[in-house]
Amino acid sequence: MTQKLSGIAASNGVAIASAYMLVDPDLTFEKKTVTDTDAEKQRLHAALDASVAELQQIKAVAEKNLGADEAEVFEAHITILEDPEMVGQMESKIESDKVNAEEALKEVTDGFIAIFEGMTDNVYMQERAADVRDVTKRVMSHLLGKNLPNPALINSEVVIVAHDLTPSDTAQLDRKYVKGFITDLGGRTSHSAIMSRTLEIPAVVGAETATTSIKQGDKVIVDGLDGIGVVDPSDDDVASYTKKGADFAAQKAEWDKLRDEPSVSKDGKSFTIAANIGTPDDVAAVNDDGGEAVGLFRSEFLYMDSSVLPDEETQFKAYKKAVEDMHGKQVVVRTMDIGGDKHLDYMPLPEEMNPFLGYRAIRISLKQPDLFRPQLRALLRASAFGNIAIMFPMIGTVDEFKRARAVYDEERQNLINDGVKVADHIDVGMMMEVPAAVLIADKLAKYADFFSIGTNDLIQYTFAADRGNEHVSYLYQPYNPSLLRLIKRVIDAAHAEGKWAGMCGEMAGDQVAVPLLMGMGLDEYSMSATSMLQTRSLMKRLDTKSTAKLVEQALDVETNEEVADLVKTYMDQLND
Amino acid sequence: MESKDFHIIADTGLHARPATLLVQTASKFSSEINLAYDGKSVNLKSIMGVMSLGVGKDADVTISADGADEKDAIAAINDTMTKEGLSD
Repeated sequence: MTQKLSGIAASNGVAIASAYMLVDPDLTFEKKTVTDTDAEKQRLHAALDASVAELQQIKAVAEKNLGADEAEVFEAHITILEDPEMVGQMESKIESDKVNAEEALKEVTDGFIAIFEGMTDNVYMQERAADVRDVTKRVMSHLLGKNLPNPALINSEVVIVAHDLTPSDTAQLDRKYVKGFITDLGGRTSHSAIMSRTLEIPAVVGAETATTSIKQGDKVIVDGLDGIGVVDPSDDDVASYTKKGADFAAQKAEWDKLRDEPSVSKDGKSFTIAANIGTPDDVAAVNDDGGEAVGLFRSEFLYMDSSVLPDEETQFKAYKKAVEDMHGKQVVVRTMDIGGDKHLDYMPLPEEMNPFLGYRAIRISLKQPDLFRPQLRALLRASAFGNIAIMFPMIGTVDEFKRARAVYDEERQNLINDGVKVADHIDVGMMMEVPAAVLIADKLAKYADFFSIGTNDLIQYTFAADRGNEHVSYLYQPYNPSLLRLIKRVIDAAHAEGKWAGMCGEMAGDQVAVPLLMGMGLDEYSMSATSMLQTRSLMKRLDTKSTAKLVEQALDVETNEEVADLVKTYMDQLND
Repeated sequence: MESKDFHIIADTGLHARPATLLVQTASKFSSEINLAYDGKSVNLKSIMGVMSLGVGKDADVTISADGADEKDAIAAINDTMTKEGLSD
């Protein structure tokens, strides 16, 4: 029976393939007393051996498909399984307590997990607790005769069905065979959604009942354009979705032709289309998709992907790689934006009632120079290897910008005094996401080299609406004249001082917003790499004079919907 | 039986990579090799054992080997300790 699931469209495209359930089997067991302890020890060893053999196979496949780094975790798992101390403890449990192998496995591994997790000052050891959990699951599945999903071993085309996808799940997936994702949990910015866009595979997240409605091997359609999953589709469904997928692919091929073209409007005005990235590895996709710059390098990923505070050298290497790989095109790095919804295990922040209004981003950097200075030094050193720009997040006052800038100037002078090479000029700008800063943008423009409008936070702060709270999600109104007026104010203030204005955040690649932003004269548009060519294609069809008129109208209506309608009417006329 | 005391100077103590290196070195020998710290003693060929001791910076540990190749084992471990900057 055909069944439709609806979720959130996370990554464009259509996939049709067999379901691969990335779901753990039930591994509960009964504690039993055994009489033949030798036989029980043999059962344990058989399960351990089978687990090691399986891990060796997975490791070999992972090395080939994903690289040695991703495969290393499996070697670590093998080491744990072959550990004489751990295996010895399990054997003696069976011997002396006469318990079954399942119970011995559980008691011994629980002991180690408790020790490792107890080392609360050491994130590394807590991660090892997760490793022990992982291998325990594998051995238990062999003892119980159940199959654990082994995503690294997938060797035919599949749609991955999961409750949620973790980074370690996705690290094991071979994009050659994985055609789509559908998950129970997640939103547009969850790990699984971001990952699917990076891998450019269609995805639907937040489908709620994906893992209960779909069974291993079911034929599944993932429509990442409209956020729909179809289980066990009819022939008609397959035909129509195949066509939808082909149309999208054709459209995409059309956009791909614009890869090496400049971003210009119909009337010949130039703009910059840039990408948002999290790690230096994302630069490859930016170049592949014809990006003219990186408009936002979220440096906090360096902090969040690490179990210790990344030192100056680690950061320097990451920034250097990013600018080098961009071959002279600008890379705008945002300094650490921790706090709000982003936490570091190794740097606990005080519990707050309103973390988004609290101790985060530049507020931390200004208070803790031991964090801020190494980052600035790393950025300055990397500036010798390419075109780098620096921006400070969450600036609300002129004083904050001046103080941040002063620390930057000091570290710059320190490096120069030490004979370290730094670029002659580096653009030092700021994010525009705090309404107070927008209102004095004319003052800030005297000090900042550029502004980059962070729409997600600016919307949240302007409407006083938590972006994670679904009860107030109706207040996410990117086209509301209130927000458009703020955006225009930022752009006008920058231009009045001869500075440039950009936007990073989903809105910069939003096909309804782009005509308005062009009409306001926004210079740089930074978005997901996958949206860049579509946006360049749109820009070519628009001229700046008529979009400026459109903006005049939009600023004068009352609601978000009216603006969206205005843009729609404008686009319809263009298409006629 | 051979034994030697070490003062740990590595910032991370005997965690992660350092622990793995020591276990790998110890595993090359047939002797029984133990690591004693803070009144507890574990098999140095066991990564889980070594990590569960939580040996941090500035800890004093004793490593002892008992068996046919005990002298070589202690020498090799001493070598790993200094070469990897674990101990002075």
